[in-house]
Amino acid sequence: MSDRLLAALTRRRAALLLFAVVLCLPPFYLDAFWLRIGLFSMAAAIGAVGLALLSGTAGQLSLGHAFFLAVGAYGYAWLAGEPGPGLPPALAALLAVLLAGAAGGLFSPVAARVKGIYLGIATLALVFLGHHVLLTADSVTGGFNGRSVPPLTLGGFAFTESDPELTVLGVPFGAEERLWFLGLALFAFTWFTARGLQRGRPGRALAALRDSETAASVMGVDVARHRSAAFVVSSMYAGLAGVLLALAFRRVVPDYFSLALSVDYLAMIVIGGLGSVAGATAGAVFVTALPLLMTRYADQLPLVTAPGSAEGAVGPTEAARYLYGAAIVLVLLYAPDGLHGLARRVRDRARRRRPRTPAPETAVPTPPQPSARPKEHTP
Amino acid sequence: MTAFLDNILGGLALGAVYALVALGFVVIFKASGVLNFAHGSLLLFGGYLTAVLHDDLGFAGALALAVLTTAALAGALDRFLLQRGGQDAHSAHVQTIVTIGIDIVLLTDLARRIGGDLLSLGDPWGDSVTRLGPLTVADSRLAAIVVSAVVIGAVFALFRYTSWGLSLRAAAEDLEAAALMGVRLGRVRAGAWCLAGALAALAAVFLAAFPAPGLERTTGQIALNAFPAAILGGLASPAGALAGSLIIGLTEALVVGYQSDLHILGEGFGDVAPYAVMLLVLLVRPTGLFGAKGAARV
Repeated sequence: MSDRLLAALTRRRAALLLFAVVLCLPPFYLDAFWLRIGLFSMAAAIGAVGLALLSGTAGQLSLGHAFFLAVGAYGYAWLAGEPGPGLPPALAALLAVLLAGAAGGLFSPVAARVKGIYLGIATLALVFLGHHVLLTADSVTGGFNGRSVPPLTLGGFAFTESDPELTVLGVPFGAEERLWFLGLALFAFTWFTARGLQRGRPGRALAALRDSETAASVMGVDVARHRSAAFVVSSMYAGLAGVLLALAFRRVVPDYFSLALSVDYLAMIVIGGLGSVAGATAGAVFVTALPLLMTRYADQLPLVTAPGSAEGAVGPTEAARYLYGAAIVLVLLYAPDGLHGLARRVRDRARRRRPRTPAPETAVPTPPQPSARPKEHTP
Repeated sequence: MTAFLDNILGGLALGAVYALVALGFVVIFKASGVLNFAHGSLLLFGGYLTAVLHDDLGFAGALALAVLTTAALAGALDRFLLQRGGQDAHSAHVQTIVTIGIDIVLLTDLARRIGGDLLSLGDPWGDSVTRLGPLTVADSRLAAIVVSAVVIGAVFALFRYTSWGLSLRAAAEDLEAAALMGVRLGRVRAGAWCLAGALAALAAVFLAAFPAPGLERTTGQIALNAFPAAILGGLASPAGALAGSLIIGLTEALVVGYQSDLHILGEGFGDVAPYAVMLLVLLVRPTGLFGAKGAARV
């Protein structure tokens, strides 16, 4: 092993550590508004990563993501709350995720056989039927007005304003600050598991399935089993995102889990770049934060009026929707691999420019395949 | 019995309107492999134009202009946005998602213009009714059935007897071979989109006519119910779309008509009944009732 390789690996690890540290800082400096944006973005990112596994890696179009988010959110609210079994919240959260997975499994007779666009429309049915159930099953879901979400407690530590009072480095830790770290932990879990899945054996099988069903099945990939497994895993991530969203909102209502939400998630992975975990995260932050930021700074933006002013004017929510509809169209037509591909292109260009300046030492790129690399450098 | 016949007739009228929309989906899918998610907003666009123009041009003039403009808009969207993405199967998936983006932009703009209003389209039927034996039928429903039948017949003739229809069927069968035979894929596609746009604008009239209160910003969502209709029949089959539309229309009308007997399913189940039917059909036949099971050649 050459020293350079070790240095590159260490640099990579150091960058990751630095990134993690930076993500831990906001609760100490930013107010609740920004923390809520961050929380929603993290929840959305978890859901989007799940959808990216399904749509990007396995090539299945799903418009049913909102349904599985709803199963997670309502599952937690019911399991941990009154009326309901009133389980310990941590257990309820775990069961809610499993419940979302089970819902995905129940749908697998369809998910395994129907493919591509047909699956997209079939999952559309889930959203509408699910919304109908949320509205009518009053005793479990609270009907139109929804139900409040009990706060999460982990071994006596509650993710609420107080109980116990907590002050870290002179900053009082309220619900947002505490949930931030919970979200961060869940997001890190999602990030590593999803990348593991994608780069490991299942991910390769799914990618083969996406590229050619016939070729994959000839190579020994069980088509139906992999398709439904991808669907179940993706629904579990959605369920986890749903739990986190419910905790952040503190109340769940049926109208939130509509077709528009499913479309939002599809937009996230498309804008981010299909099939990439990092891209899905970037897309999630973009789609979630954009309308919130535009609403907050509406009075300072050109062409946009504050909410509730004259009818027919372009309000902040509308402006955000214009922007993100246009973003979907433009990204797909001019940068089909999304933000992720854009970032990679910029990085490649920067790398190509670098060798000219100093000695060749700095020219060593971070090696994607460590085993093959050292030989080229030994004289 | 009267109530039953009433429901059947209502279902037929609804099915006829769905057929106009579903046929649009099928034509576009056949020509380009794209599932058009922007169809609902195209429909709303056509309806909105008719509503705005009918004071100045009269109903017929406004409708004609709306149909032409919507057709032109749909054709232009395909020609200048979607066709940039290429023609193969993978890009058809990408273009399907592009139509979602187009839908968001169009729908946001139309919803902003319409606001909370209920727009009248100025249709000549108003709330008049005709007595057919024991039944009382709204004229707008009869008109929906008659006009849809005529228009759909014309579209089928277009498929069967014109060179454009032949090109369309050839392109749906095998893109490459069709291109080599001299079919101008770009034009055939754009033509299909124009046709679908025109059908959508026409459907808007009947969706907003009596007994519906008028055109509102959510009218476009009704087009979503035509998704199950198109899928049910098999996306690539016009006849299937017709059958699917009638099934969906009848189901919806009957579920709404007998809602009091179906209260276990909850209030407002009529709105989601099409999707339940679609799921059941997809369980048995994953490519729809009339959809061909494609054989893969290696």
